[in-house]
Amino acid sequence: MSRAKKSKGKRQSCGSGRSRPPYCNFAFCLTICCFLFLSCRQDMQNQPRYEPLEQSSFFNDGRSSRQLVAGTVPRGALRENIFQPAAKIGAGRGQIGQAATGQPANSQPGNNQAGNVSAPGAMPAGLNDFPMPVTAETLARGQEQYNISCTPCHGLLGYGDGMVVQRGFPRPPSYHTEQLRSSPNSHYYDVITNGFGRMWNYADQVEPDMRWAVIAYIRALQISQNARLDDVPQDQLKNLRTGGQTR
Amino acid sequence: MPQIFHHSTNTIARVSIFGAVFILAAIIWAAYEINGSSYVTQAFVPREQPVQFSHKHHVGDDGIDCRYCHTSVEKSSFAGIPPTKTCMNCHSQLFASSDYLAIVRDSWREDKPIVWKRVHDLPDYVYFNHSIHVKKGVGCSTCHGRVDLMPLVYQVASLQMDWCLTCHRNPEKFVRPRDQIYNMEWEPPPDQNTQGRKLVEQYSISNSIVLTRCSICHR
Repeated sequence: MSRAKKSKGKRQSCGSGRSRPPYCNFAFCLTICCFLFLSCRQDMQNQPRYEPLEQSSFFNDGRSSRQLVAGTVPRGALRENIFQPAAKIGAGRGQIGQAATGQPANSQPGNNQAGNVSAPGAMPAGLNDFPMPVTAETLARGQEQYNISCTPCHGLLGYGDGMVVQRGFPRPPSYHTEQLRSSPNSHYYDVITNGFGRMWNYADQVEPDMRWAVIAYIRALQISQNARLDDVPQDQLKNLRTGGQTR
Repeated sequence: MPQIFHHSTNTIARVSIFGAVFILAAIIWAAYEINGSSYVTQAFVPREQPVQFSHKHHVGDDGIDCRYCHTSVEKSSFAGIPPTKTCMNCHSQLFASSDYLAIVRDSWREDKPIVWKRVHDLPDYVYFNHSIHVKKGVGCSTCHGRVDLMPLVYQVASLQMDWCLTCHRNPEKFVRPRDQIYNMEWEPPPDQNTQGRKLVEQYSISNSIVLTRCSICHR
């Protein structure tokens, strides 16, 4: 009798009889715990706002941000870049075969020898024609940006032997040719801003003040590759001979 | 009168009384492990992208700097995903007729953005800014791992709050000199604790009390 009862008790399924075995309670608790996990992820994770470059179903083109109107100048950029040819943001896609427009403002007080401007956007040739004083810090910034944006093609020293060229990109001219050594800064600025030949413009990737810093560094590279021992300052000469740090 | 409880109930009762602590601990432990696992965090799960872009090739083999494409990492909260034009700077010439790049060329021709899949997506209630981390000496690889070895990019961190706090509590264990930020191969030196403390001082990094305030990340 008791044996039959036992086996019947074993076959009983959860909750079907009046007498629930205690593991049913345990299973119930576990289920509740599982439901608690569901609340771990909520709408707070993805709020109804756009992150930068997020896709949008609202606009036809799928972008959440609108494209800039052609010729847009960022707020504050005119004042900040008053010494520089006007930045041409959103002026077109790909190569723009025009010279930089706008005027390097040569009438600003504190402007560093930007006189004798003959044409809009054209800067007089010469090593010192920069819209800002060229300091060691400028060169360091220029070197950093040059190594980021220019070395893939132009190479670390500017001979046009960068890694991308080694992979098959047409070789750009060396900076150390007579022609490029004598080209004015405005030429370099124009090429960075608008592109040249197979080089597309870098207006989006290198900001105006960094373009000048890069040009300063290119000038330093040009000097470095054609320097004689006499060009080295006396106090640095000893360092050079002993192979020590020049700084 | 029939027995209400089966004989085995005695054992079950004893086990559940004395084992309750262990059972509860096991449940909590399992929940913790599941919550931190790749299944939940998506860490170490490579994301398929519309174009077979390999960071291993572009960074590791070609040596292109992070900032060639991610231009705004030093100035903005968002490191920046490059526009199609950045691809075309080189790929107007290189692999210019490759099938792999058809999507890129179409995107360029038709002025339609490539729909990249986002790999690192923080919850929206977290305020995160790349520029301040870079400025204070947190290198790319500290959070993103060896991207130069990843054909397809994946998270190496859980991106959960306790992961953020490991650094916000002890920044000196993770900071590196500013000129090493973009060096993918940088490893903490043996005396990182000493060096790190110097850098924390030098870069005026706030102490852990400030860095672990709620409003530092949740604003």
